[in-house]
Amino acid sequence: MERRVVITGMGIYSCLGADLDQVRDSLYTGKSGIIFDPTRKEMGFRSALTSHLEVPDLKKQLSRSQRVYMPEQAKYAYAATKQALEHAGLDQDYLDRNEIGLLYGNDSSADAVVKSVDTMREKKDTTLVGSGAIFQSMNSTVTMNLSCIFKLRGMNLTVSGACASGSHAIGLGALLIRQGLQDCVICGGAQEVNPFSIGSFDGISAFSTREHEPTKASRPFDRDRDGLVPGGGAATVIIESYESAVRRGAPILAEVLGYGFSSNGDHISNPNVDGPSRSLLMAIRQSGIPINEIGYINAHATSTPVGDKNEAKAIHNVFGNHKPEVASTKCFTGHEMWMAGASEVVYSMLMMKNDFIAANLNFENPDEDSVHLNIPAERVEKKFDTFLSNSFGFGGTNSSLIIRNL
Amino acid sequence: MNREELEEKVNEVLAEEFEIEVEDITPDANIKSTLMLDSLSLVDMVALIESEFGVKIKGTEVTSILTFENLYDFIESKN
Repeated sequence: MERRVVITGMGIYSCLGADLDQVRDSLYTGKSGIIFDPTRKEMGFRSALTSHLEVPDLKKQLSRSQRVYMPEQAKYAYAATKQALEHAGLDQDYLDRNEIGLLYGNDSSADAVVKSVDTMREKKDTTLVGSGAIFQSMNSTVTMNLSCIFKLRGMNLTVSGACASGSHAIGLGALLIRQGLQDCVICGGAQEVNPFSIGSFDGISAFSTREHEPTKASRPFDRDRDGLVPGGGAATVIIESYESAVRRGAPILAEVLGYGFSSNGDHISNPNVDGPSRSLLMAIRQSGIPINEIGYINAHATSTPVGDKNEAKAIHNVFGNHKPEVASTKCFTGHEMWMAGASEVVYSMLMMKNDFIAANLNFENPDEDSVHLNIPAERVEKKFDTFLSNSFGFGGTNSSLIIRNL
Repeated sequence: MNREELEEKVNEVLAEEFEIEVEDITPDANIKSTLMLDSLSLVDMVALIESEFGVKIKGTEVTSILTFENLYDFIESKN
């Protein structure tokens, strides 16, 4: 018999706050994390909009030899994971005695790559790149750092699924637990926030240019949206088997009921309707619940003209006359990309645990597709027990998670 | 830079990079154990000496630099 998978801890380090309480308050009060970054303009960016967060100073928590291998996103991930472990009641002794897994979404480490290549070009001497560069530069930098710092001994793998990475990490972790291969997996997603990492993304005109109104630039589903705003940070979700959680008396926060995935098999950047629809339907089928039990849909919607339109169509096709609130927290955070699938589970969990649905900020006018959805422009005070979270990425990778309150 | 200034500067940059107190560095102390260097952070020490003093320590040379005194001597001999 397949095992139940529950969430027992969460941690977050994002532009909305450095812990769960701060982030909950930002979501509740409608506080955006988007700013205008003049440095990007000087570098020739078409759009200088970005989310804003400070890189955590870990000098007191970690030794030099631990920190030197960590790029910024690994530091965000450490901060989020430390919180999540504490939240779940997992101490180092437990981590030492059990085979805890680690699946984290990450799909770039551009800052480290660019800086080390700059040094090689300038100095013509690879030694001067330093010992940290190789470990900071690899896509698996987050999992290699966290697994060594927390001395983890189970599954140790980075999930690179573009903007669905964090969501797939949770879904794949749930499969490992369901299959009995792991009892507990630390899942999450991390995203670097620096100009080098997204300059080429800016170059394909994907970003909003509403620079005179940074907090109004990310406007998912709104008729006048003109592109996404890049963001980042890290979010961690501890998942484990129900038996494991009960055995150790852990706080059981929610259950991962369904994980759906699909590939569009289509264009590299333009999303379609069929792929996301199949991901949604698979998650619903897996969850074994009727769709009218889903009380909130955390949409992927990044505020791009085509992406939001096609997701609205997919949701409308699947949900029909059942119209739970549909909102995208990217109106607060911008698109947290590799992190987004994990952070949006945390955001949705915070709403579910605190009986509200955050406003879909800047939703002023629907377009011909979003008009069919129930999109709240203002915060809704509502108790709901099940949500669905969508994440879609370049190359047409799709992931949908359904999570129920416990 | 005279010998005293060189020693002071070496101690200062190494202490800052490897997060120890300057007072922990004595001329006859072992570099690896004082700075807690492993094979990776040894690379950082070599890179630091090269960028700060313009002196490249080759792989074959680094094995003979055991103490801080050895390091001062090496840098001085190359300048």
